[in-house]
Amino acid sequence: MDLQAIGEFTRVALTALRLNKLRSVLTALGIIIGVASVIVMEAIGNGAAIALQQQIASLGTNVLNVMAGSMRIGGRQLGLGGAAPLSEKDMRVIRERVPGVAAISGQLNGSVTAVYGAANWTTQVNGVHAEYFDVRPWPLESGRYFTPAEVGSGARVALVGSSVRRELFAEGTEPTGELLRINNIPFDIIGTLTTRGQSGGNDADDVIIVPLSTARSRLVGRGFATVPDTVGSIALRVEDGYDLADTQATLADVLRKQRRVNAGEEDNFTIRNFASLLQTRNDQQRTLSYLLATTAAMSLLVGGIGIMNIMLVSVTERTREIGLRMAVGARGVDVLAQFLTEAVLLCLVGGLIGLVLGVGITIAISYVAGWTVSIGAGTVALAILASAAVGIIFGFVPARRAARLNPIDALRYE
Amino acid sequence: MAGEPLIAARHLDKTYLLGEQQVQALRDVSFEIQPGEFVAIMGPSGSGKSTLMNIIGALDTPSAGTMEINGADVAGMNADQLADLRNRTIGFVFQQFNLLRRTTALDNVKLPLLYSRHRPPDLTKAARASLEQVSLGDRLDHQPSQLSGGQQQRVAIARALVNSPRLILADEPTGALDTHTSAEIMALFTRLNAAGLTIIVVTHEPDVATYARRLLRMRDGRLVADERQAANRAANLAAS
Repeated sequence: MDLQAIGEFTRVALTALRLNKLRSVLTALGIIIGVASVIVMEAIGNGAAIALQQQIASLGTNVLNVMAGSMRIGGRQLGLGGAAPLSEKDMRVIRERVPGVAAISGQLNGSVTAVYGAANWTTQVNGVHAEYFDVRPWPLESGRYFTPAEVGSGARVALVGSSVRRELFAEGTEPTGELLRINNIPFDIIGTLTTRGQSGGNDADDVIIVPLSTARSRLVGRGFATVPDTVGSIALRVEDGYDLADTQATLADVLRKQRRVNAGEEDNFTIRNFASLLQTRNDQQRTLSYLLATTAAMSLLVGGIGIMNIMLVSVTERTREIGLRMAVGARGVDVLAQFLTEAVLLCLVGGLIGLVLGVGITIAISYVAGWTVSIGAGTVALAILASAAVGIIFGFVPARRAARLNPIDALRYE
Repeated sequence: MAGEPLIAARHLDKTYLLGEQQVQALRDVSFEIQPGEFVAIMGPSGSGKSTLMNIIGALDTPSAGTMEINGADVAGMNADQLADLRNRTIGFVFQQFNLLRRTTALDNVKLPLLYSRHRPPDLTKAARASLEQVSLGDRLDHQPSQLSGGQQQRVAIARALVNSPRLILADEPTGALDTHTSAEIMALFTRLNAAGLTIIVVTHEPDVATYARRLLRMRDGRLVADERQAANRAANLAAS
């Protein structure tokens, strides 16, 4: 056995496959579907992981979000009615008692209508503290951030996201320094924000950011009259070197005490971290990925059985040929190698077709569903290895049967 | 050369199990064949001539006795050793030619070289030389379906010759051919024999056996006659 012989076997095998084109393609169908599934599965799985990484990176891996009210896993809100909103005082207590808080800010959201000149646009307003941009960095396109003093005094200053800018300002116009009317109240635009892109189906750039005190007193504060110093939700960044889960536990203890939750009672607040939130969101893609993995495994199994079946037929059909090869000096291992080569080639051809099909489906999925997908060299190698492995595993039994034929009987076979 | 036989069979026995029944195909068969001989093995069906041919061809081993081919006893050999012996020493020619379908004459002839441990550097060149030896140098790229029966058998002979064997073993080589073509094939064997190659033909046609210079007759598993024939049919042919 050497390269020259393998090359000759390959040539013989290719001839055999060409002579039975239809049979070869039908036989390889299972492999084709299996490998295509492997490709799509890997592409979606890898894409989900990449998307998760990107989202975590943009939202911050070490950010905790605190909301008033309890929330059960699965998204059903409970006990919101009785829960007091989070307040400036809650924030102060967190800052004092929870170690490892690098930056903290309230977030008071509401829907507003912004008017510039003749253009108007309904968008989200986000009232935050000056530290907000330290919790969740967001580079400026132009202008400046607001100062703690402006937050303290309730200054009417605003930063606009790129989508708002696009809707209200003509191309090439600089919004910074312009006057923007938000819910009919004039605000100075002091800066514009860089584009963040889509985040979980929402446009992260469709937002106006103003000092929290301003938002509370002039834009969205009315619903929280019972607590005059409400801050909406609280976002905080955990300092590097502090464990996120530990900090979250300490935070929960501090808040239970501060918000007078008795032992045994349910929390009247909810702490979420973005990593686990995004994890849940990406489970959908993961589930599909598992489904495809099952399909792939089943197809490869069924395909492999098809290969075994057709190779057994081929061995029977070519019994005399095997006898002749043995008569002219082929050893058992030579015959084994020849039929294994044929089975592997059949699978590889199917694998290559499956590869092309899988890439096509992947592109279609990413186009239609808008998911991040990724086909790497590893995926391609996996597909090729998987099909070759199927060839070896399911080709072995027929090849061994051929190798064990008695040359005398094989030569006489009719 | 004399004294070093190519084939030395001593007290060969061969017993088969056919279902429950024991069949004794060979009983105490002994003979020697010297290099350069042209031997015909004859006998009715069931005489054991096919069994004997299989053992001479190293396709099978005897149940008892010794069978030396080129000085090596096949009795103790495993399947791989037998395969190597066939590849190196013996060239087979079959009744049904046994060429690979949809495969060119050149590739058919190359086949034994693929399994050879002493492969020539240029397989194509060796195969072409072998086909030229049987006057098929102009049919290299023809497939069996494009060749006549006689031509196909010549391709098979070229295949048998390609590894420079010491012995050509032909099993009813003219069984599928008409009289005229049969004569051509037997003339080819005669020519190869004249060049020094040992030839053994297994046949039940007396006509074919007349080409040989020695005749081994088999009956009921025994060697019943070992005759030398002075008259050479090929010489007669040449004269006529």
